This record gives sequence, C-alpha cells and structure tokens, in this order.
Amino acid sequence: MQWETVIGLEIHTQLATKSKIFSGSSTAFGAEPNTQAALIDLGMPGVLPVLNRDAVRMAVRFGKAIDARVAERSVFARKNYFYPDLPKGYQISQYELPVVGEGSVEIVLDDGDVKTIGVTRAHLEEDAGKSLHEDFHGMTGIDLNRAGTPLLEIVSEPDMRSAKEAVAYAKKIHQIVTYIGICDGNMQEGSFRVDANVSIRPKGQAEFGTRAELKNINSFRFLEKAINFEIERQIEVIEDGGKVVQETRLYDAAKDETRSMRTKEEANDYRYFPDPDLLPLEIDEAFIADVMATMPELPDARLARFQSDYGLSTYDADVLTASRPLADYFEAVAEIGGDAKLAANWVMGELAAALNRDGIDIDASPVDAEAFGQLVARIHDNTISGKIGKEVFAAMWAGEGSADAVIAAKGLKQITDTGAIEALVDAVLAANPVQVENYRNADPAKQPKMIGFFVGQIMKQSQGKANPQQVNELLRKKLS
Amino acid sequence: MHYKTIAELSLALQQREISSAELTRHMLQRIGRFDDRLNAFISVTEERALAQADEADRKIAAGDAGPLTGIPIAHKDIFCTQGVRTSCGSRMLENFISPYDASVVERLQQAGAVMLGKTNMDEFAMGSSNETSYYGPVRNPWDTETVPGGSSGGSAAAVAARLCAAATGTDTGGSIRQPAALSGVTGLKPTYGRCSRWGMVAFASSLDQAGPMTRSAEDAAIMLSAMAGFDERDSTSADRPVDDYVGALGNDIRGLRIGVVKEFMGDGLDAGVATSVQTALSEYERLGATLVEISLPNAGLSVPAYYVVAPAECSSNLARFDGVRYGHRCEDPKDLEDLYKRSRSEGFGAEVQRRIMIGTYALSAGYYDAYYLKAQKVRQLIADDFRRAFEQCDLIAGPTAPDTAFRLGAKADDPVAMYLSDIYTIAVNLAGLPGVSIPAPMSAGMPVGLQLIGNYFDEARLLNAAHRLQLATDWHRQNPGGF
Repeated sequence: MQWETVIGLEIHTQLATKSKIFSGSSTAFGAEPNTQAALIDLGMPGVLPVLNRDAVRMAVRFGKAIDARVAERSVFARKNYFYPDLPKGYQISQYELPVVGEGSVEIVLDDGDVKTIGVTRAHLEEDAGKSLHEDFHGMTGIDLNRAGTPLLEIVSEPDMRSAKEAVAYAKKIHQIVTYIGICDGNMQEGSFRVDANVSIRPKGQAEFGTRAELKNINSFRFLEKAINFEIERQIEVIEDGGKVVQETRLYDAAKDETRSMRTKEEANDYRYFPDPDLLPLEIDEAFIADVMATMPELPDARLARFQSDYGLSTYDADVLTASRPLADYFEAVAEIGGDAKLAANWVMGELAAALNRDGIDIDASPVDAEAFGQLVARIHDNTISGKIGKEVFAAMWAGEGSADAVIAAKGLKQITDTGAIEALVDAVLAANPVQVENYRNADPAKQPKMIGFFVGQIMKQSQGKANPQQVNELLRKKLS
Repeated sequence: MHYKTIAELSLALQQREISSAELTRHMLQRIGRFDDRLNAFISVTEERALAQADEADRKIAAGDAGPLTGIPIAHKDIFCTQGVRTSCGSRMLENFISPYDASVVERLQQAGAVMLGKTNMDEFAMGSSNETSYYGPVRNPWDTETVPGGSSGGSAAAVAARLCAAATGTDTGGSIRQPAALSGVTGLKPTYGRCSRWGMVAFASSLDQAGPMTRSAEDAAIMLSAMAGFDERDSTSADRPVDDYVGALGNDIRGLRIGVVKEFMGDGLDAGVATSVQTALSEYERLGATLVEISLPNAGLSVPAYYVVAPAECSSNLARFDGVRYGHRCEDPKDLEDLYKRSRSEGFGAEVQRRIMIGTYALSAGYYDAYYLKAQKVRQLIADDFRRAFEQCDLIAGPTAPDTAFRLGAKADDPVAMYLSDIYTIAVNLAGLPGVSIPAPMSAGMPVGLQLIGNYFDEARLLNAAHRLQLATDWHRQNPGGF
C-alpha cells in the first residue's frame, strides 16, 4: 500500500527577555543551580505572578511577522500536573484564548516549489525547571533556574507531508524568530525545541491516522531522522496487522530510534482553567504600532531586496539571508567592499569555508565584517588579485592584522606598473623562443589556450603579483 | 487599658500615659494568662514585639508617630511573616519559616504597628468554626464551649478577649465577617483588590481578600487606611487611590438608603438573630436612614456556586505543597508518587482534602463546563443582582450569619450544615463587594452580627454608617466575662 505521512510541529521558543515571564529573576543560561530562582520561581506560599511586558512584545512581534491575528484579549490558564521541577504544581500557559491566532509561513521545497504551512496559534507560557538525575545517589536534584523562563509555543497545522518538509518549516520558524530577535535559536541549550506529531494514512484517505508525539529532538538533523524512523515504525506496525497507539515517544539520538514514554491512557488531565492571579491580557492598537515600529526587516523581504538591489541570484540571496547575522555581515562587507557581487562570492566562498572548517558562528568570526570588507575593497580596486586575496585572508584569519597590514608586511601589492610588467613579459618571451614560434604558427582558435603557458610563467616570476589583465593584454600585443 | 480601642490607645501613647513597651508587655501577659483557654494564637512573637514596641516608642518620642504607631496587633497565620513560622493552621506548614513578609504585614509594620504573634485559623482558611486547625480548635470567649466562627477564628477570639488591639483576617466566603459576628467584634472584608494578596497564602485567588478585625468601625478605618493600596506585586490589586476612611467617619447618614435583603430575612434565620438585626435596623431609621426592601433573586445559588469555584481554585493553589521544596515531607518515600501521596495525605487535614477532591473533580475533563463554567456564570448573575440593588439603595443590610455561635463539634461531621454558616456572606465574595459585620444586640447572651454591604470601593461609606451606629449604641462595647 502507498502511505502518506502527516506531520504537525509544536515548537517551543525561549524568548530572549532579560527577566522571567512572571518574576524579576534573570534568564541567563548556565548559572549555578537555583541561583536564579527567587520567591516566585520557587513557588513559595503567597507569591503572585506579574506579567513581563517584554515577553508580550515579543509574542506580538512574532504574530505580526507571520501575518497572524494578534488577539485583543487573551487569557492565561493554569495547566495542572505534579512534577518535582514544576514548583507550583501547575504551569501558567494559555489555553482557549492564545495571544497569537492563525498565520502562515512559506517554505521552498526541493523542486523549487513554494508551499504554505499554516500556523494554528502561538501562546505564551512559562518553562519548568530541570530535574538532575546524576550526582545525587538515588535521589534527584532540582534546578529551578529555568523555571519561569518565557516560552512562545508555536503550533502548526498538520500540513507537512515528509520529514524534509518538517525540517524546512522548522528552519523557517527558526529563521523568523532569530531574525526578529525574540529567540537566540540555540537548540543545544534548549532555546528552540521541536516536538513532532507524526501519523500515516493510506494515500488518498481524508481522515488522519493515529498520531505519535516525538519529543527530545535537539537538532534539525535529528528531527529528520526521528520522523523518518517513526514513519517506518508506524508503517511496520500497521502492515503487521497492528494499530498505532496515541502516545508520546522519546527520540534517542544515540540509537536513532523513538521509544514510548507514555500512552494516552497515562496522560494527565491538565484541568485547565483561567489563572485567577492574572488579568486577561489586553493588547490595543497603540501597543501593536509600538511593536511594529521596531520590527526588523523580515527574511523574505530581505531576500527580495538582495536580488533587486544587489543583483544577486536567487540562490545567492537565499544563502546570504539564511540568518540575520550572515545577512548583516554580508551587507556590511558589500558596503565597505564597494562591489556586492564580489562581496557575495567572498562571503559565501572563503569566509564560509573557514567558518565551516573551524566550526565557528559568523558572530564569532575572527575576521569581522569591517575587516573582511576592506579585503574585498582591495580586490575590487586591484590592489591585489583574487588569488593573492586568498593568501591575505588566510593571514587575517590567523590574526596577522588587517588586509592592508598583511599586504604591506608581505609585499603582496599587485604590480600594475606597465613598464615593470612589460619587462617581465619580454624576459619570459626571450627565454622561450620555441614556444613563441609554436604560438605564432598555431591555429588562431587554439591560441587563447596556448597563451596560458606564458601567463603562468610571468605570474610565477612575479610571485603572483602581476596584474593578470595587464599581462594578458601585453602578451597578446607582443605575440601578434 | 485593654478595653480601649486603637483610637483611644493611640491617644494614650501620644500623651505618654503609657509607652508602647508597657502596652505590648501587658498584652503579652494577657496572652500568656488567657490563651490556654482560647487557643487563639499559634505563635507568640514576644521578642519581635518588644523590639518593635521600643522602635515605636522612639518614634513617638521623636514626634514621628501615626495612629498605629505602637499599637499591638496580631496577624492571622495565613500572612507570611519573615523569619516567623507561617503555618496556615496546617501540619503541612508546621515547620515553614517564611523568607518574606506579606504586603499587608509590611504595610502595618511601616505604619508602626507591633506584631504580638500569629493567630489560629481553620486549616488553609477552609472552615467556619476554626475546628479544622491542626493546632486545635479556638474557643469563643463568650462561651468557651462554643466556636468563635472561622476561618479567622483566632483573630476574632483574640480581639474579643482583648488579647490584642486588633488583628488581621482574610475572607474568602465570610471568614472575617462570620467569626466577627459570632465573637462580637467588627470585621471588614474590603472590595476584592483593595488590599494586596502578595504574601497571603492563597485559598481561592479570585475571592480571597484581607481585612481588619477590630473593636470598632473607627479602628477598622484606621487599620484599613494602612492595609489598603495598590501593589504592583499583585496583578489583581486595584490601582486607585485609597479614600480617607477616618475622615469620612464623621459624615451624616441622614437620608442614607439602606436596602434590606428580603431573601436573607426569611427561612433559616434564627429568631433571636432576626430580632437583633431588626433592632439594629430600627436604630438606623432613628438615625435618619431610610430602609428599602431589596431582592437578590440569585443569592440562593451562591453557596453551590462558591463550593465549585473555591475548591477548584484551591485544588490548584494547594498543589505547590508537594513535599519537594518546603513544608511537610513524609519519612523515607519509596518513589516520587509515594512522596506526593504520603506527604499530602499526612500534611493536609480532612476538610482540606475534601475540598481539593471536590475542586479536582469540578475541573476535570468533561465536567468543567457543567461545574466551573456554570458557577462562573452564576457569579455574574449574583453580581448583576447587586448592581440592580444598588440602583435602589446606598448600602445593603442583613444578618451576617444565620445563627449565633454553635457548640464545638455540633457541625463538625456535617459539612453541608457547616457550609450554610456562610449563606449570607458568600454572595459578597462572589461579587467582589466590600462587607462589614458589626455587633448587633446580643441574643441569649451571645453576640450577633449585622452585615452591611457596600458598592465597589465604597468602604468609606460602609465604615461611616457602621461608625454612626456605634456612636449611638454600645453593642460593640460589650465584653465577655472572665478575660
């Protein structure tokens, strides 16, 4: 039988606020356990939550970025369940009335087609703490630093039909939240967590199959693997005459498999009800206008602009707008370098290769945009050739200073003096009479290829510093 | 000196007839001498009280004193007090030393009040007789075989027996007004949101409100002036100015329209209480007020609606008491579930467990609409009833409780009978209105409460009316014998 996969994603993005969603405690990652947990985060008797305005601002920003309806009135609700790292015995979330309603994003499929994926809703909620099972000899440690960190949970429609589409959608959301500056996007630290609801159905069937929810996925690669494993598992279950049960399954990256965590029967009844400690959240036009005033350019708009303003190809523009730091870097390099296309080639070429090789993020690049822009400027103004540029870049990467400093220190300035180049050309021609003779007697169609020999000799003599265009011109003149 | 009101004691302190240290020691001695018979206090904070009294005396000497400077008061043990056990009447918090002060505690301390200790209460404020306290029942000073009412029974008994000049209480369904009525003191539940709930251990968040329990309406005005006000730590606290409650006490009440609730004067009301309330109402007429009969047609739904909303909220509010971070933890839990089950079964008493179960049920999938949502709709109907009533009158009056104090144990095994003790007070919480109980003439030697209900944030008028009655009568000046 032909099977069709149906996937919906729930993405928890940790909002980049300075303090927690309902308390003044810091949200910084990596502090000593329980040093960023004050009275409210500890769930002390008598404490009350106060909503962090910045978290609301960020949620609205996301809503506007995906062209969704922002609710004039939304309600915080309590999700009740017991867990040691959930200090109050309930999580403050939003249930019936979320802050962000329906919206959508577009993803580009492998064949270049564009597909629209619906976003059902996005709601604000607080994160739980962490249970630490190691180092406590048969006991569990509780770290409440993370408790109360603001999350925006983004729920998609079941619109994706393959693991690849799910990854493309997740990357799109990742791109948007990092672009608009509401999330640092760090999947390893759990700032961007993806849960996948996966089901299969016979191709052509309208109703959905029973779904499994996959958790514990902390990279896009694992997202793809986990979904593909799960699809195969479900097909196998059904084709063996079994039934898929509704359950939560954990993805184990080491074994590349999913395994059951709890079934529907074991699931909690969360007993949601409106949190009486918080008033309904009301968002007026002025608040939205204020958020819009600081809305950065969105990735799709930037992609279009890179093509129209810089004359970049769709592919180049797509690569360069993949993340906001990369796009910002490129734009700075193009500005300083004086040539957008040259800047694009160099950012996507040498720079990307070096970053990749050393596993460094662009924000941490040892050669910043200004320095790199100056390198591109020197290539653009013919101070050095592209080939020498690579050598200069390697030195800059190694910390040997700016482009100009490296060029000066190593004497890499291109020879553009016609007299000097002519002397080199004459010397090489004089030293190779046979080749000169052969060239002159050759079929004119073969001559452009044969001239390469003389260019190579001259560049070797000049240690690569002779301006290649000038060398070519002079050679053609003297050999004709 | 313990017969004096706050207003009178304040004058004595200012005029140096007595020092706060002397007054505080006197009250501490009274607690030591009489509290064995009442069990009104869970903790007595002698050292802290004497230090605060000394500080108050320095302020008085420096001419830097307000009406509460040096006045010894007590806090219901539901208010968090830094460095002092805050038990909430429960075994669950027997060893809980609060790391912070409640907003109300902070404000009264800033006003110069001296804290004598923490008063007994029904466990987590769930009860109407003070019999559900893990620390034993409180006894009514008017007859120690009877209950003082609840849940602020310790505060009521302590004020009635003059073991403190005033006390704080909390009122979710009548927990200030009903014990005030049964113990013969003045008890005010302000408008929801008037006093900050920060640091007040939550029972039912949408209903809980702190208020003063005092010897007179004037004292309630003095206490409320310090307790009330916006607090950014409580999102439900009202961001509006605090009225001049003391200044408004002198206003004339001639022409005041008092609505008498038809539904509260009929079946289920004790005849003696009815007579007493009628006498008090006649006195208002004599003072120039007009009585108009009003109707709250949905008032009868208030007890059932309350017993859905309050347990639902409590089932969630009390989830934090899980034995993990503070409070009671069972011995040698064998796993997580065992830790939860035993810690909570051992830490909570029967009434608290009953309400957690009712609330959990009411919020369960499939029952939410039929119970919680419907109860919230009833709440709206009740609020609408009051809104219509206030088109016809300025204040509403009636009995606070259907009966005088009952004997210890009389209703302990009949929760529904116990719940009906609050039949006249609950509607006020559901609507979020302010209400005060003041002593009416005694019935068969036991106190009776007259309840006055005001419109939203109309505490000044409420206290003004209560004060004018107290100026004209001595019902609030009665004292139980033997203390």
